[in-house]
Amino acid sequence: MDINYAKPFIEATINVLSTMAMINPKAQKPYIKKNNKALGDVSGVVGFTADGGKKGVMSVSFSKKCAVQIVKNLLGDDVQNILDDVQDAVGEITNMISGQARAKLAEMGITMKGATPTVIMGDNHTITHLTKDKIMAVPFTTDYGDFVVEFSMSE
Amino acid sequence: MGLDKNMRILVVDDFSTMRRIVKNILKQLGFTNVVDADDGSTAWEILNKDKIDFIISDWNMPKMSGIELLRKVRASEEFADIPFLMVTAEGQQENVIEAVQAGVSNYIVKPFTPETFEQKIKKIFEKK
Repeated sequence: MDINYAKPFIEATINVLSTMAMINPKAQKPYIKKNNKALGDVSGVVGFTADGGKKGVMSVSFSKKCAVQIVKNLLGDDVQNILDDVQDAVGEITNMISGQARAKLAEMGITMKGATPTVIMGDNHTITHLTKDKIMAVPFTTDYGDFVVEFSMSE
Repeated sequence: MGLDKNMRILVVDDFSTMRRIVKNILKQLGFTNVVDADDGSTAWEILNKDKIDFIISDWNMPKMSGIELLRKVRASEEFADIPFLMVTAEGQQENVIEAVQAGVSNYIVKPFTPETFEQKIKKIFEKK
C-alpha cells in the first residue's frame, strides 16, 4: 500500500479532534500491520466503496480514557449517559474523519463514498478487518491516552 | 430579514452527539427555540406539524437523507422558502455542487468551529 495514503487519514484525524474536541493528537509512525486485529476499548468502523468495485475500510480504536475525555470535551455539561454518549460520539468522530479523509483522497484522484459507521464497545476487544488487503495503522498519542487509526484499500 | 433570535430552528442529524453540539452552539448564539429530529422523514413530520423558520441538517442519515429532505422542502409549496443549512462530513466538491443545485442556503463541512457556524448562519440571513 502506498504510504502516501496515510497522510489524508492523519490530517483528517488531527483536524477533527482538535477542532471539535480540543484534543491535539500526535501521530506516530504509520506501519503495515502483520495481523488483521485492532485492539481498543471503543472502536468506530466505516466502510468505503467506489465505482469499479474498489473498497476500503477505516477504523478508529480508542482507549476508554481517551474516548471519555473526547465526549466530555464535545458535550461539556451535556453528558447524560456516558456509555450511550461515548458510543454515539465515537460514531460521529469516525464519520467526520471518514468524510475529511475521503475529501483529501479525492484530491489525490481516489473518490470513495462512505457508509454509516458502526461502533464496537468492550474492554480490549479486537476488530478483525475482513480484507485480504494490507492494513495500514497510524498510532496517535494524546494527553488522555492513545488511539489508533487503521485503514485498508483494495488496489 | 435580520437574525431573529426567537426563530424556530429544526436540527436534523442521526447522531445525538452532533444534534447536541449544534444545539449548544445555537444556545451560545442566543437561539433557544430549537427542535430536533434524527433523520429526514422525522424532520418532514415535524415540518408539517410545527412552524419551522430555519432547518439545519446533516447529509448522511438513514431513511431520508439530508439531500432528499432538502429536495422535498424546495419542491413543496409551503416550505420552499425556509433557509436550509447543510452541516455534513461530506466535503467533496461534488457534494457541495449537488447541494447547491438542490437549493441549499449554505454549507458547513464537519469539523467546524462555533465561529464558522455563526458566520454561515449570518450569511444566510444577510441574503434574505
